[in-house]
Amino acid sequence: MEKITVEAVLENLQRVIDFATEKLEERDCSMKIIMQTELVIEEIFVNISSYAYHPETGSATFCIEFEENPNAVLMTFIDSGKHYNPLEQAPPDTSLDIDEREVGGLGIFLVKKNVDEISYEYTDGKNILHMKKFF
Amino acid sequence: MEIQKEQNGSALTIKVIGRLDAGSAPELSKELTTALDGVTDLTFDFAELKYIASAGLRVLLVAQKRMNKQGSMKLVNVSEAVLEVLDMTGFASLMTIA
Repeated sequence: MEKITVEAVLENLQRVIDFATEKLEERDCSMKIIMQTELVIEEIFVNISSYAYHPETGSATFCIEFEENPNAVLMTFIDSGKHYNPLEQAPPDTSLDIDEREVGGLGIFLVKKNVDEISYEYTDGKNILHMKKFF
Repeated sequence: MEIQKEQNGSALTIKVIGRLDAGSAPELSKELTTALDGVTDLTFDFAELKYIASAGLRVLLVAQKRMNKQGSMKLVNVSEAVLEVLDMTGFASLMTIA
């Protein structure tokens, strides 16, 4: 497993994405898988940087590892901010028409759509989000 | 991200180049606040938009809601990757994609 820990501020998003992209490219993942993974990382990281420590800042750790047969990437985000389970957030109703659609709730929805497994735990004061994506 | 605007009377075409993500979406949002004044026909040209995240979708939703009141809006030259995100979130059915 490899990991990177950064201060959870938007300016560091690209560092985390670059870190993950490099590992995915080493394993010859398709551009589509890389882009979907990038979207997942952005949505989670933006949530952590916007809310977890607000109005203070803190750190976020991103871990990545791979499984074979079948090929999968396992990603974990860890922060020590406010206890928050993103999986409990109600999904947006994508069948509503324009006037009823709200602008929030899309991020975690996109995360769920772009990974195959996702689970959350709160351990030792840390929010830990595990994700698995086959490729 | 780079924004290119082409105005022709009350018709405005906005070309968004690069990535519409959490870092760049506020810039587009700010641009639209004034750029849409008096516009009745808004076109987003996404020929060179490679990536969109939820922050970008929110800007599009706000623009669509505003244009519903003052005219019409459409998205053109949408790449497969961006279309996939629009489809996933139900945005593809809320917006005109030409």
